This record gives sequence, C-alpha cells and structure tokens, in this order.
Amino acid sequence: MKESKIMDLILTPEEEKFRDEVRAFVSKNITDDIRKKTMTGFRLDKEDHESWQKKLYEKGWIAPGWPVEYGGTGWSPMQKHIFEEECASGGAPPVIAFGVTMVAPVIMAFGSDHQKEYYLPRILKSEDWWCQGYSEPGSGSDLASLRTRAVLDGDNYIVNGQKTWTSLAQHANLMFCLVRTSDEGKRQEGISFLLVDMNQPGVTVQPIKTIDGSTEVNNVFLEDVKVPIENRVGEENKGWTYAKYLLGHERTSIAAVGRSKAQLRRLKTIASAEEHDGSALINDQVFREKIADIEIDLLALESLVLRILSEESAGKGPGPEASFLKIKGTEVQQGITELLIEAIGNYAHPFIPESMEKGWNEEPIGPEYAASIAPHYFNWRKASIYGGSNEIQKNIIAKAVLGF
Amino acid sequence: MSFTFTEDQKLLSDSADRFVLDEYDFETRRKILNQDGGFDKKNWSKFAELGWLALPIAEEYGGLGGSTVDTAVLLEALGRGLVVEPYQSSIVLGAELLQITGKEEQKKQYLPSVAEGKTLLSFAHIEPTSRFNLSHIKTKASKEGDCYVVNGEKAIVYNAETADFFIVSARTEGDVSDQAGITLFVIPSNSEGIKLRSYPTIDGLRASELTLNAVKVDQKDILGPLHQAMPAIQQVVDRACVLLCAEAAGAMDTAVKLTVDYIKNREQFGQAIGSFQVLQHRAVEMLGAKDFSRALTYRAAGAMDQSNSSERARAVSAAKVEMGRSGKLIGQEGIQLHGGMGMTDDMPIGHFFKRLTMIDAIFGNVDFHRKRFAQII
Repeated sequence: MKESKIMDLILTPEEEKFRDEVRAFVSKNITDDIRKKTMTGFRLDKEDHESWQKKLYEKGWIAPGWPVEYGGTGWSPMQKHIFEEECASGGAPPVIAFGVTMVAPVIMAFGSDHQKEYYLPRILKSEDWWCQGYSEPGSGSDLASLRTRAVLDGDNYIVNGQKTWTSLAQHANLMFCLVRTSDEGKRQEGISFLLVDMNQPGVTVQPIKTIDGSTEVNNVFLEDVKVPIENRVGEENKGWTYAKYLLGHERTSIAAVGRSKAQLRRLKTIASAEEHDGSALINDQVFREKIADIEIDLLALESLVLRILSEESAGKGPGPEASFLKIKGTEVQQGITELLIEAIGNYAHPFIPESMEKGWNEEPIGPEYAASIAPHYFNWRKASIYGGSNEIQKNIIAKAVLGF
Repeated sequence: MSFTFTEDQKLLSDSADRFVLDEYDFETRRKILNQDGGFDKKNWSKFAELGWLALPIAEEYGGLGGSTVDTAVLLEALGRGLVVEPYQSSIVLGAELLQITGKEEQKKQYLPSVAEGKTLLSFAHIEPTSRFNLSHIKTKASKEGDCYVVNGEKAIVYNAETADFFIVSARTEGDVSDQAGITLFVIPSNSEGIKLRSYPTIDGLRASELTLNAVKVDQKDILGPLHQAMPAIQQVVDRACVLLCAEAAGAMDTAVKLTVDYIKNREQFGQAIGSFQVLQHRAVEMLGAKDFSRALTYRAAGAMDQSNSSERARAVSAAKVEMGRSGKLIGQEGIQLHGGMGMTDDMPIGHFFKRLTMIDAIFGNVDFHRKRFAQII
C-alpha cells in the first residue's frame, strides 16, 4: 500500500528544513522496538521513556515549551507543531508531561529561586519522575472541593489525605500536590501547591486496575507526610491560581494531532492487511467513508490548532476556546480506536495482557497488531474524562466564550 | 406476534432473575471467571436441574421444546448478570446444530446428555482469515476410506477447553468462499491431532484457537448432509445472533440502571450530578437505546421460528445492527457518566461495556449486518 498523504501542512522552506531535521533525528534515535511499542500501545517501561528523554535533552529539545533562558528551544509555534507531529509519526514515546509540561511552568512562574535552581535542571535531565496529586475520590470535576489537608507544624506541613487517579505514581519520586491549607473564604481560596517527596514514610501508593487490565493509575495515601515549607510553590492559599495557570498552558498539545495522524496511518495499514470479501477492508466503501469522516475531523482539528498557534505567535495566549481542542482531540482519538477495533474483526476477543509487556515472545494470537487494540479501545475512554472532562470543557466554553 | 411474556415465560424470567440476584453478584462472578475452565460447574448442574439447558431442546430428546422467544427470555435474564456459563456454546450453537441437522441416532446420542448438563459442546467454525464471512472455510476434510481426515485452523472457539465434543465445519469440496462444499463433523475433544491454545476473552469468557492436524473422523460422525452444511450453519448462527442480542438486552438493562443510580448518588459542586439536565438527557438516551434494541430483538426472536430464510435474515440483521449501536452508546455513555470511577475494574459498568462491545464483534458487527440488511431492502 502506498503511503497515503494526509493533506500536508504548507510549510516555508525553513520549516521544511526543520521538519526534515526532526524526522532524521527521530529516525536515528528511536529503535524499532520502541517505535513498535509506541505505535501499538504495548507497554513502554521507565527505561524506554528515560532513554528517549535523555537523548532529547542532549539535543536541547526536551522542553520546546520552556523559555529559552530556562532551557527551552526558542521555536516558533509552527516548529513546535512540526516537532510534535514528527515525533508522533516516528513512533517516539510521548515525553512524560508531569515534569516538563505541567509542574515546570508553575515553578518558573511562581517558584522560589531555590526551587527553580534545584528542580528545573533535574526535570530537563529526567532525573526526577513526577506525578500529579490532584483528583480525590470526592473531588473529580469539582477539584476545588479537595480535602487533602496540610497543617503547618514548625518548618513543615503535615499532610493527610488521599489522591486518586494518579498516573505513574508507582514510578514517581516526586508529586506536585494540591492541598487545603485554609477553610476561610471560597474553597478555591484555601488551596496550596506543594511538592511532595514520594519516597518517605506515610506515602503509600496503591495501584488501580482499569478496565483494560493495566495499572497505570494509582491511589496515593498520605498519612502525616512531612513537606518542608520550602517545598511549597508560591504563596499559601494561592495554589488554585497556579493550577489554573498550568491547565491553560500548552492546551494545543493536548489535541495530540500528530499522534492521531500516526494512528490513522496505522489504521489504514491494518485495514489493508485485513482480508475482507475477497479484497482488503480498506477497499470496503463503507469503511473507507468512515475513515474519511475521522480524517476530515482531524483536518478541522489541526486547522483550529494552527489558528490558535498563529495567535500565540502574535503574543496572544490560548483562550478558553482552546477547550475545543481538548474535546475534539479526544473525540478523534477515540473515533480512531473504534475503527481499529472494527478493523480486526474477530481478533478483538482474545485478551492476553502479558503479550503487551516486555519479554513476551510467544506467537501472537491472530495478527500481531491485534493484541493491544481492544484493550486500547477500552483504555482510551479515559480521554474524554481526564484533563477536565469534555463536559467541563463545554461548561468553560459556555461561560467564558458564550457568556452564559 | 406477541410482545408480552406468557405466564411460563414470566416464571422463567423471574426464576433466572432470582438466580442472578441471589447467586451471581459481581464479586461472585469475578471469582467464577478465575476458575478452571472459566465457569462454575455447579452452576451448570443447577441450570440442568432448573431445565434451562433442556429449554430449547425437543421433548423427545429430553428437552422442553421451548421456542426461540422462550430462550431469549432466559438469556436476557442471564445477561443482566453477565453470566459466563457456556450456554451460547453448548445449547444455542452446539445443541441447535444437532437438532436441526442431525440424524436420529446422533440426536439421541448427544442431546439428552447435553440437556442433563453432562455433555458440553463447542462449535468450531470461525477461522483466522474468515472475518464475518460464514462460508469462508479453509479447513479441509478429505475422504480416506471410511474416514475423513481434517486439517486446519479454527479461531475464537468459545469454551473449547471444557468441551467434550467439537462440532467442526470443514470444506469437503469447492473453493474457499463457496457456499457449497462445507460439511459438519462431530469430533471428540480428546481426538488425536487436536491442539488448543486457550485464552480469556476481554469480556470475561474463555475461547481457544484450535489446530486440527490430520484428525481422523469416522464418516458416521458427519453431521447433516455432505457438502451442504451451510444452510444449517446460517440458520443456527442467525438464531444465535438473536439470542446474543437477548443477552445484550439484559446487559444493557443493568448498565442503564447502574449509571442512573451512580449519577443520582455521586455529588460534585454540592449536588448530585444527576440533577444536571444534560446528564439526565443522556441517561434517557441510554434507556431509549435499550428499549428499542430489546423490542426489536424479541420481534426477531419471534421471527426465527416462523419465517422463511430471507425474512429471517432481515430480522436478524436488523436486531444485530440495533444492538450494536445501542450497545456502543450505552457502554460508552455508561463509562463517561461514571467518570473516573467508570474506568476502574472494580466497578461493574466496565464489564458490561466490554460484554456489549464483544457481542457486537461476534458473528458480524454493525457494518456487516447493515450491509446484509441493505441487500434485502
């Protein structure tokens, strides 16, 4: 099957040169093994992520979103978009967002000099693994209702509570955590932003098994956990502002256009391999039109991403309309997983979770590409729930854009 | 055509509902999944005692002579609890193939024992490259004296590892996708040359890839007419589709109830999230999807015992399309309305979502049946 062209971005000669440079770098530094794992959804382990992130660091490309003075690349928004797309299409593991994309901008904007000097270089070098202590069993969409409490005792906060849905807490040595430090005023006004050392007494990480059989998320129980005052970012009771700042940041990348393009290519490859009615599934008109529908949605999504990026170039940060990117982005991602599960027909049924782990080398059941597809379909239902559910995103747009 | 249960059907439904409520809660089911063979043999004996295995089997073979609608009633109730015992394999597929296409001696040999819960059957028909095309058969059976020698690969054979007999389709003539030239064989599961690779399915059942390597079958174990098995296979699979839709109707019912219950109780922003009109409307859509799918399923079940083959095909495909669409909506929305909790393995909703998704993905998905229906509009 010849490589199909999803309508290419119209790039300037400099941008084309940049694209080629990124493409070559990714091709040189991503092994076939890692590419396959990223594309098929087989489990990447800590070393897979770290080795790639270290290579990016050595190239100076680990933090495209950071200001240059902190180690950022100084790229234009279009270059950042090209970089994301080439990494995704080359099968590079996504850079773990918690350190580079989430806590770092908050430390840069609101942290002490000591925090900047200590944490930021370590984040660049992937020396720390971060996780995000936000959600609680009683505080999902209503995050401001959180109840994990931090009480000042001398030079330390004593923290008690439970965080849930904490991705990768089993690997993390640090957690950025929203805690309640005051009951006065509105609920948002009593929240602080703490950096918690995960490797200390009182911190218990308990895996949560999700419907696809994986344990990528966790409960984190905090019992009398000591957090030194120096580990508070910014002012006490201003944590909600910092959290909102973080959510608004890098909104365009949550659309994951590059990744969806790569998954769409994968779908077409699989549909070409599936025998169907004496031909291949890709030649079935109904299936082709379903692919067309998603591809068109993806083009529309990318177009809005580019519009918002170009406004960023002019110095305007992404406004609340960027919530559309999250909604549509996750709908496109989920739509592709639906077509993938349809594409493999009967081989959606066998469930061999071990086959997605490192070191499994038995014969696949059915085609090699089949094993991860149904689990991935079920796993990806999270996308419309996390990061601010799509319902919350619509509320944001309704209020902040349409004035309801 | 009747759309309300008869007295007997009501009794059957209540009895099966009681079983699920009293003996098949979520935790119990979880333990059962992990047992050898993936189901509880005590439950199977109980089903036999209750006459459920005998239900669709003709009276002269130890059965109760129940209709497809009767069986749908039972399966809907079992679907409410996501019961994993191999009813679809042994009774809906295996026993029905014997019933409609077996010789007298074969029916007498197997059916009473199946009805008593003493014999388990699995239908080995799907193949690695067949997708949903029922006549795509590469497994070959060649005549050698009084025997046939069977070679080939079968895929997604439900409950193969616990079956006493496989009913295997093989090509005795013709090309890969020809409708003619397919023959059914009854093969003991411990026959030499049979190899199983067994696995759990993502929705909690058990299946296997089956390799047949020069498996010798006596010609007396041919089931039905030589070369002409396709009509029986089509008929049985069509009926199985409707009964799968019935099981799905039960699963949808529970999924809707779980979701409504969840959003009525889950509080955020100082109130139950079920108080938000947007979520109420979405819960209503879920309920409607269940109601329409269920009604069409029972209509199709009624058509199974009456119609000619093209009316039957329309009824089956309509029901399977409706079920596939409704199941997807209910499953996906069920998870979404549960929020993060819906993603956890601990909550039942995800298990209902997975079963509904997999019922769509067996014996033809929405696209397959939509196309089939479109050919007969």
